[in-house]
Amino acid sequence: MTLNDIMFYLFAGSILTFSLLTVTSRRILRSAVYLLFVLVSTAGIYFMLNYNFLAAVQLTVYAGGIIVLIIFSILLTSHVSEKAVVAPVKQQIFSALAVAAGAVLTILTIFKFAFSPSVSPAVEANVKNVGRALVSYNRDGFALPFEVISILLLAAMVGAIVLAKKEKNPENIEKQTKL
Amino acid sequence: MIDNIPLNAFLVISTLMFFIGIYGFLTRRNLITMLMSIELILNSVNINFVVFNKFLYPNQLHGHFFSLIVIAVAASEAAVAIAIIINIYRNFKSIDVENLDQMKF
Repeated sequence: MTLNDIMFYLFAGSILTFSLLTVTSRRILRSAVYLLFVLVSTAGIYFMLNYNFLAAVQLTVYAGGIIVLIIFSILLTSHVSEKAVVAPVKQQIFSALAVAAGAVLTILTIFKFAFSPSVSPAVEANVKNVGRALVSYNRDGFALPFEVISILLLAAMVGAIVLAKKEKNPENIEKQTKL
Repeated sequence: MIDNIPLNAFLVISTLMFFIGIYGFLTRRNLITMLMSIELILNSVNINFVVFNKFLYPNQLHGHFFSLIVIAVAASEAAVAIAIIINIYRNFKSIDVENLDQMKF
């Protein structure tokens, strides 16, 4: 067993433990921190696969952006020591059964399926290749999805600001709707 | 770096993570924890894309870019969802799904 194997099983174990803790912990803030550990371990797996750029994006956007946003909203909407309400035990048992059945079925299918790897020479996913592909419109270029995702981010930003904005003066709003 | 680890090991991890996320989505009663379960689900799908790219089609980068795009979609989804959650909290003083039946017909 090499060091790489040990690293992989370490990441896998921490992903599984912390994702279980994320969905079962009664304290909301703690489960947000457990989710952070899951996302960092996923970035570790990306590093092991030699996708350094993707791992960096995972760390900055997920671990640095989304988790901070979630923790802020937890602090805004609930007390730190507040315990989360969970479903009744009967519903928990039935969801666990359904989920276990789904997981077993999927894993059996994975082990039965014969994957056939491609034998073509590998492309290295360094920043140069990634950046070239993002702005290229030829074959294996991703200029269109890149533009679409930028429009989506702009729309989400505008939408989030409009949704979370406080309506200060009700008379002003009536005036605007009349116009 | 990953010569000894089979493809199936990665797929099993992402499957288990996906179904743990679904379990959380079914049993949680708080909007923010449900959002966190959705993040788990999206993350497990990302692992699948990346691993298929690395093991089965190493001559292209399609899975790599697809997971980059999924990360961007997850970020915008979290931003909009949290804006909606804060708006709901402002109106109902609670974000438990049990209390949110005002729009039921």
